[in-house]
Amino acid sequence: MSEEKRGFFARLRDGLSKTRANIVHGIDSVFSGFSSIDEAFYEELEEVLIMGDLGVGATEEILDRLRRQVKEQGIRKPEDCRQLLTDSIKEQMHVGETAYDFEQEQSVVFVIGVNGVGKTTSVGKLAGMLKAQGRRVLIAAADTFRAAAGEQLSEWANRAGVDVIGGREGSDPSSVIFDAVNAAKARHIDVLLCDTAGRLHNKKNLMEELKKMNRILDREFPGAHRENLVVLDGTTGQNALVQAREFAKVTDLTGIILTKMDGTAKGGIAVAVQSELGIPVKYIGVGERMEDLQKFDADQFVNALFDRKEEEEGGRIEEP
Amino acid sequence: MAFESLTDKLQNVFKNLRSKGRLTQDDVRAALKEVRMALLEADVNFRVVKQFVKSVEERAIGQDVMNGLNPGQMVIKIVNEEMTALMGSETTEIALQPGKALTVILLCGLQGAGKTTAAAKLAGKFQQKGKKVLLAACDVYRPAAIEQLQRNGEKQGTEVFSMGTGHKPVNIARAAVEHAGKNGCNILILDTAGRLHIDEEMMAELSEIKENVTVHQTLLVVDAMTGQDAVNVAREFDEKVGVDGVILSKMDGDTRGGAALSIKAVTGKPILYVSVGEKLSDLEQFYPDRMASRILGMGDVLTLIDKVSANLDIDADREKEMAAKMKKGKFDFDDYLESMKQMRNMGGLSGILGMFPGRAVPGMGDLESMVDEKQLARTEAIVLSMTPQERRNPKLLNPSRKHRIARGAGVDISTVNRFIKQFEQSQKMMKQLPGMLGSKGGRKGKFRFPF
Ligand SMILES: Nc1nc2c(ncn2[C@@H]2O[C@H](COP(=O)(O)OP(=O)(O)OP(=O)(O)O)[C@@H](O)[C@H]2O)c(=O)[nH]1
Ligand SMILES: [Mg+2]
Repeated sequence: MSEEKRGFFARLRDGLSKTRANIVHGIDSVFSGFSSIDEAFYEELEEVLIMGDLGVGATEEILDRLRRQVKEQGIRKPEDCRQLLTDSIKEQMHVGETAYDFEQEQSVVFVIGVNGVGKTTSVGKLAGMLKAQGRRVLIAAADTFRAAAGEQLSEWANRAGVDVIGGREGSDPSSVIFDAVNAAKARHIDVLLCDTAGRLHNKKNLMEELKKMNRILDREFPGAHRENLVVLDGTTGQNALVQAREFAKVTDLTGIILTKMDGTAKGGIAVAVQSELGIPVKYIGVGERMEDLQKFDADQFVNALFDRKEEEEGGRIEEP
Repeated sequence: MAFESLTDKLQNVFKNLRSKGRLTQDDVRAALKEVRMALLEADVNFRVVKQFVKSVEERAIGQDVMNGLNPGQMVIKIVNEEMTALMGSETTEIALQPGKALTVILLCGLQGAGKTTAAAKLAGKFQQKGKKVLLAACDVYRPAAIEQLQRNGEKQGTEVFSMGTGHKPVNIARAAVEHAGKNGCNILILDTAGRLHIDEEMMAELSEIKENVTVHQTLLVVDAMTGQDAVNVAREFDEKVGVDGVILSKMDGDTRGGAALSIKAVTGKPILYVSVGEKLSDLEQFYPDRMASRILGMGDVLTLIDKVSANLDIDADREKEMAAKMKKGKFDFDDYLESMKQMRNMGGLSGILGMFPGRAVPGMGDLESMVDEKQLARTEAIVLSMTPQERRNPKLLNPSRKHRIARGAGVDISTVNRFIKQFEQSQKMMKQLPGMLGSKGGRKGKFRFPF
């Protein structure tokens, strides 16, 4: 049996490492490789979508819709499918007209998410971006838990040239929020950015803590435009959907910051999140520098989803 | 929850399977279709899943359906065995240099994977074993990364070596090795900056460290929630830097953690530890068999019990008393036989688990069907094939005795080994369980948990 196992590993490794000497092809590689719309074609699309982390559910939904449209419209050529497919995802991922209004209004941005996804970095980048637009920005350092979280955020605030309230390790995050709101009012701040400690969404008491902070924001700053952003790591798989679902119970989520999109992951789970919860991606993180935050562009995102590494000899994992 | 509906679905599919005696192709395919979905939902890489399902299909078609199982369960049984085999059947310990010699461990991985926390946790683990540990701050990029390591070092009582952000990581590493040598340290842990596997310059930085100082163990820290891209990350780190083992982080979340299988499949490298919380003590040994069942989404019984035990505030004295009882050799294979009887009387495994607090765990409802009566009968046969001395003193079980027992029970040697290993694990759990059940039903110290 162990012989068999090694065989499996070896085959798998060979198969996967074929993708190494790859050339990156555009979206056409998926569609031009087929001469007719058959099961093999749909299977290929399934592979592309699942490998992009859309998940089984969203993938099935998209492909079912495509099959229906193909039938209804009597489409024969794979090429013609392309437009249908990409258009429908693009349309779905479209960010509304009013998505970025908060940038120009008096607003509070509440940034939440699981550990290590890039909340602090994104807050720093947002601060820099808004400051450059001439907005008066203040940061609330409500991560009072993780070691040196305050120092990390202060460094970002320095870079952006904005002030920070709170951040002392061990202090109460809700009182940081309270103090920051008062400071924001007193100083006639335009945008108050709140960084919070990372927490896994299945930790009940930690999620309650977030709810408390949310209540304080609601109560103390009712006039401000509220922007509640969940940060999702673009490398994360299906769990990101669960994360979004759970963080949506804490506050009325208005958008997603999808980070680490400078890697090779596609961030396709955002499609599933958008389709189930209707929360749009507003920003993507594309690196660790101040300027590495971009407004979400649905066209680019969908094109990148179908951008794939194609094996030079068309080699798949060998059949056993 | 998402998992529950998946399990339900599986149950429904199984109801419609009808092979009797042997598994038919149709039934195998129907069951594997669901398995495939389960694995993809768990984030196992698409191509890994494809290959895996194919190989299981080949093995399963035509196999005898064991008495007491339905065809679907039989397929799952095979799936589980294959997955466990893939995950590696043994718990792997990190290889340290002999005696007091210095072992240099390098931690690497993507941004936000949890390296700095893992470094401090590892330090604590080794210190508990009496090692002298030095942590070195080689992340000169991320704001306050050094302070984070220093703060964690303080909490663990571990010295942290740092040269600020003005030096190249390779030079910091070299100086740290020297410092560790002078101070008689046994372990040096190099914490490095998070980096993308496609960032050539940053990947070269790691190779440079390895070219200039002797690194004995390079550990890749991977977020358990990683999606399809885990294969690319693991492969690139392994090929460009060379990886000896893996630490899986954020396993206290509710992710199924299919990335673990993908990583194992592409690198073949063992997973050494799992990180299960933000407290610096939250680092555990990795058990491949538990991971296999977690990925499959069938409720990880053993981990659950560990967790439940850990969550309970058993007062220390009581625990010590119980532990002492256990240590007196009170729990042996004879007790095992006895406890199996007890379990039947108490309404099976799920009945027992239902007594525990915090049972809102995915897949719990399905435990009943996981308890395989046939397998219990087989383990009983194994115990009955032991001599009375062996039953009382499991330590006697050397390889030749195990072979004899295997023959006696009509099972193969791996089944015997697996059983004995599980037995040892459950012995550990015994230390905590009796205290928990004490208040329930006057079975104080008497209750035994068979698996
Ligand atoms: N490559 C890349 N790295 C990023 C991006 N965003 C954040 N990071 C890095 O990811 C790591 C974690 O980022 P943080 O901002 O500390 O994440 P966090 O969510 O605040 O983490 P906790 O507060 O510890 O939960 C850091 O090393 C960041 O530099 C991104 O868009 N691309
Ligand atoms: Mg942070």
